[in-house]
Amino acid sequence: MIELKEISKRVGQISHIKPTSLALHPGQFNVLLGETGAGKTSLIKLMAGLDPAASGKIYMDGQDVTKLSTQKRNISLVHQFFVNYPHMTVFENIASPLRVAGMAKSEIEGRVEEAANILQLGPMLNRKPQELSGGQQQRTALARAIAKESRAVFLDEPLANLDYKLREELREQLPELFSGRGSVVVYATSEPEEALLLGGKTALMQDGRVAQFGTTADIYRNPESLTAARIFSDPPINSAEITKVGSEARLASGESWTVEGAVAALADGVYKIAIRPHHIFPNPAAGATVALKGLVQVTELSGSESSAHFALGDDSWVSLAQGVHPYKVGEAHEFYMDPSKCFVFAPDGSMVI
Amino acid sequence: MKTENQKAWFFVLPVLFLVAFNALVPMMTVVNYSVQETFGDNLFFWQGLDWFEQILRSDRFHAALGRQFLFTFMILIIEVPLGIIIALSMPRKGPWVPVCLVLMALPMLIPWNVVGAMWNIFTLPKIGLLGYLMNDTLGITYDMTQDPLAAWITIIVMDVWHWTSLVVLLSYAGLVSIPDAYYQAAKIDGASPWGVFRYIQLPKMKTVLTIAILLRFMDSFNIYTEPFVLTGGGPGNSTTLLSIDLVKIALGQFDLGPAAAMSLIYFAITLLVSWVFYTLMTKDDAK
Amino acid sequence: MARITLSNLRHSYYRNPKGPDDFALKEIDVTWEDGGAYALLGPSGCGKSTLLNIISGLLTPSEGRVLFDDKDVTNLPPDQRNIAQVFQFPVIYDTMTVYDNLAFPLKNRGVGASQIDSRVQAIAEMLDVTDMLSTRAAHLSPDNKQKISMGRGLVRDDVNVVMFDEPLTVIDPHLKWKLRSKLKELHQRVRATMIYVTHDQTEALTFADQVVVMQEGEVVQIGTPIELFDRPAHTFVGHFIGSPGMNILAGELKDGGAFLNGHNVALEGPVSGTDGAIEIGVRPEFVEFGPGGLPARVTNIADVGRHNVVEARIGDIPIKAKIEGDIPEVGSEVGVILKQDQTRAYRGGWLATEAQS
Repeated sequence: MIELKEISKRVGQISHIKPTSLALHPGQFNVLLGETGAGKTSLIKLMAGLDPAASGKIYMDGQDVTKLSTQKRNISLVHQFFVNYPHMTVFENIASPLRVAGMAKSEIEGRVEEAANILQLGPMLNRKPQELSGGQQQRTALARAIAKESRAVFLDEPLANLDYKLREELREQLPELFSGRGSVVVYATSEPEEALLLGGKTALMQDGRVAQFGTTADIYRNPESLTAARIFSDPPINSAEITKVGSEARLASGESWTVEGAVAALADGVYKIAIRPHHIFPNPAAGATVALKGLVQVTELSGSESSAHFALGDDSWVSLAQGVHPYKVGEAHEFYMDPSKCFVFAPDGSMVI
Repeated sequence: MKTENQKAWFFVLPVLFLVAFNALVPMMTVVNYSVQETFGDNLFFWQGLDWFEQILRSDRFHAALGRQFLFTFMILIIEVPLGIIIALSMPRKGPWVPVCLVLMALPMLIPWNVVGAMWNIFTLPKIGLLGYLMNDTLGITYDMTQDPLAAWITIIVMDVWHWTSLVVLLSYAGLVSIPDAYYQAAKIDGASPWGVFRYIQLPKMKTVLTIAILLRFMDSFNIYTEPFVLTGGGPGNSTTLLSIDLVKIALGQFDLGPAAAMSLIYFAITLLVSWVFYTLMTKDDAK
Repeated sequence: MARITLSNLRHSYYRNPKGPDDFALKEIDVTWEDGGAYALLGPSGCGKSTLLNIISGLLTPSEGRVLFDDKDVTNLPPDQRNIAQVFQFPVIYDTMTVYDNLAFPLKNRGVGASQIDSRVQAIAEMLDVTDMLSTRAAHLSPDNKQKISMGRGLVRDDVNVVMFDEPLTVIDPHLKWKLRSKLKELHQRVRATMIYVTHDQTEALTFADQVVVMQEGEVVQIGTPIELFDRPAHTFVGHFIGSPGMNILAGELKDGGAFLNGHNVALEGPVSGTDGAIEIGVRPEFVEFGPGGLPARVTNIADVGRHNVVEARIGDIPIKAKIEGDIPEVGSEVGVILKQDQTRAYRGGWLATEAQS
């Protein structure tokens, strides 16, 4: 397991990682989710020992590795770009870290073969990387990480440069590949859906800080702050200001509804709500009782789902629904919101319930 | 930042020593000579800044400096455009690429004194191929040992032959790094060949060109061996460049003090002009 | 703006192609209407970039003709075809301002200064870059650079076609949808013929009125986004569009009835052809669990937030279902129900059932 205690990183006066503590366990994926520049790669580099920490400590299996060089940490790193040794065959590429470790020849062959079989690289072992497709090159890099059986495996957006469908297939195989191995697996991604598909635990990152950490499905359903809800949403989560008076909540654009339970118990005043795009329906649906008269700005279709971006008052909202819906861009359309699915936050985005 | 690793200094130390021994120490010796007068036997007399004043006021120095600037100006104005043109006309792909690269690298592999000797023999009337061709076959009077203009033309052509390759190779490296999409976009945007050069190739070559120009400036401004072997500074003093003059003063007349002062002035000029070049050429990027 | 006709187009990168495998592009014959938005969708290496380069004139096809309206342009170079193209990586003239970048294609064609100004201002306003017009283009962020590249493509009002070659590759995921929608909006405002090449189904389906799905140098289906999703003509289309893609299950045709692991499956309509091995295709959206279905065991559940993807095995045939409500437990025995009007048979990859209407 990897433990970070108040670890931070700075370059000159700019702080890339603010003091962060995290405990990452083997046996499941640990996903770092955030936009480009949120600090995912910086955090991975700290853990891998590629950059020095400005303060704090890093422990691996209880051992303080803060000052230990990358070579001595026994880790693997798979990068977004396909990094392989161009002059070596696939076999030699996978075997290289084992050779460095001084492993016996027969054991190397066994391990390479096993890793190659898992990643379906068997027939390509004698080829050079430039003769392979992008997907095969990245699988070679993954096989190298698997064969090494290192203490920690860092995957920094490993699928970002692959074709959409290939990404889908590899994403499905990944959790299986690393299950049953003792390594701590850390996976950085900028796509919320990828985090959900990989499962395990997720750390939501923004501005060099971890906004929330926990079981992936759990933090998706219970964001602790508006920031966390925003990071974990694609298309972007809808957020708006409401004024709560008694049991009535009202949007600036005039729509109102009755609130219940914990929200009703809040003091009267101004709050922020956040609601996911798939809880805004294009037609009346069970529970979706609040009608929102929006002006359709943009529509999108992805296979079985369609989304519409619409203007409501001064805000821009998004609805995502199953099936194909004939929106007309530039025309008004009535959308329906399920108010029980709203997250309610303080005006500064912090938790109130 | 208290945990910052200080180990890096340790790795820099060997280089510091090396620089100290081959640059700082000799230079301090020169500084030492430049403010004193000596007649041998390790006897020194304090002269202050007299030598500097003497050099800066001397017509001989002005003339040599003038020749030096003229030479450097000529070779830059010829080699840079010529190098770019050759680089542009070289193939970017295919079997001819390595052939062209080797051909280009050849002149640079020849030792400097050999270059001078080669061109000397090559251009001598009666003996040399070029000399014979010009005088006897074409009937054009050409003798660089007698005619200052011929001597100048010869040292410039020699330098162009020797060093244009450097500009070519650096420009070529810049050119091949331009993605095909840029050329395709320019075609589609209807850009003329000049437009492609002006807005795509030149901006993308800028960094390497800056390096090429700086290197060519410094090398040509300090050039010694080739013209010395070729003309010995003559006829008369017509090709006595700064470095040749410096050696004449230091080793010919053994005036160590003035020679030291002159080399420091020489050094300061090289540094100043290089700095001006560099600042001018990288100014745009800072914005 | 023009209608584009590709007539019996074939292309090989070899000088003397021997078999069909030597062709990067196999027999393409389509017509694209003036002012339409089209997408070429397929995995890398499917020939879509080859096709794009043939249309733009960067490549001359081995066989066949390219027509803009009725004019044969097969052998014309790019600059004489009057087209615009946006590349995968933003192409920016670094030394120019944003304004000069946008004006460049017009200046090269000798357009008058006042007309250039009005076009550039109009395009800048459409792209929301008016406030950057006087900055040097080299200092922009990648998404703004790509916007400028698009702007250069759109600034001329006389182009026959505007082509986009995976233009969102270098754009950050959270900015992608903004540019995606910007493009759609631009098409609606400019109404030029546009061709968009991508491997991303969302980009293709969002942008295009008609999508051309390609695989290994062949066009497998041309259709509206809805047609491609509803009734894929080939298993590749079913698999490639939708996420997860269509379930393609190995089955059998016996006495005109379809069988899956020995159980009879009701299809959308009668199957053409003789008995033998077939593939049964059904999208995960149309698979449900309930009593009376095909006996199966649940093997995995992926929680995607707004729904669950449940994987089950009918015998040893894996099948996926997209479930929005209650889900069974992993390891439990379930009945799998396939929605009949969405269950189709494929033979050798191609659709073999007739639709019941």
